[in-house]
Amino acid sequence: MTGRLGHIWVYLAASPLLWLTLTLIAYQGATLVSRHLKHHPLANPVLLSVATLVVVLRLTGTPYQTYFDGAQFVHFLLGPATVALAIPLYQHLDRLRRMWVPLLVTLVAGSAVAALSAYGIARLLGGSREVALSLAPKSATMPIAMGISEKIGGIPSLTAVFVVLTGILGAVLGQWLLDRLGCRDDAIKGFAIGLTSHGIGTARAFQISALAGAFSGLAMGLNGLMTAVLVPLLAHWLIG
Amino acid sequence: MLGALTILLLFQLAGEVLVQVFALPVPGPVVGMGLLLLTLVLRGGAPQALSDTANGLLAHLSILFVPGGVGVMLYLPRLWEEWLPITASLALGTLITLAGSALLLRSLHRRRQDRGQRP
Repeated sequence: MTGRLGHIWVYLAASPLLWLTLTLIAYQGATLVSRHLKHHPLANPVLLSVATLVVVLRLTGTPYQTYFDGAQFVHFLLGPATVALAIPLYQHLDRLRRMWVPLLVTLVAGSAVAALSAYGIARLLGGSREVALSLAPKSATMPIAMGISEKIGGIPSLTAVFVVLTGILGAVLGQWLLDRLGCRDDAIKGFAIGLTSHGIGTARAFQISALAGAFSGLAMGLNGLMTAVLVPLLAHWLIG
Repeated sequence: MLGALTILLLFQLAGEVLVQVFALPVPGPVVGMGLLLLTLVLRGGAPQALSDTANGLLAHLSILFVPGGVGVMLYLPRLWEEWLPITASLALGTLITLAGSALLLRSLHRRRQDRGQRP
């Protein structure tokens, strides 16, 4: 009996189906838990599902590559989702036109601060150049950040991890920090959260309000563009 | 939905091709996003099916980060080795960027509104 189960396990564990399905289940389970805890920031669905999956992979001795063969179908959708950002951007084109000067200035400054603080702090505290460069584009959404990391000499898959951690941190700390700073305008809150922590932050911002979510999505799209242009230039000036 | 997904993929494809042809410093999906935005502006709107698919995809944006996030297991030794610079960079960098951009945007926005009230 165990022999037969073992056979089934060996077959399934190597197939993309199992890991794709488990990724979807882990995420939906995490969403349920998060809803149960009234969307407490610490019960972040990405944090919970990544932690669960890492534990499952470790316990079953499954290599990441085997897992990714299945999960890549989810990962692949990041590309079309990035293209899809054009739609919320278009829907908020009016507000974008009205606020474009403050938004643009904040975007350029925020994008530069995100990259320079990430790189600078890591280097100051003795981090290796490779790791610091992998940290630099972490505020951009994942496919953009990974592409930039590759161009400037970082490790793209390590950048993917930093992108997720930055997203979780921004989602967990964002509202708390901005409330402390006396920031009450949901549009401004959303813009700061989306600029800093891309899609994961945007999912959180939608729980603050629809306006915060829309501005967060806007900032995520714009900062994706800005980081893609700015970070390779900064890297070129800083390290040649 | 199938048509809308095809449109998104076509724009991504066009973006990738442009990046390759002109050796652009920007990732393909970003160029695709720019092209789609330009098309929507010229066209004066998005077809309903495209909006629905895009909003559906963006509503579940978080899950798309999970497979990449699980990659943390590959780098645990490296993260452990450089834990201090990495943790500080992630935590402080995130807080500085959040606070900086919110405060800057608030002061710029206020100044503009004040100017608007006293023309």
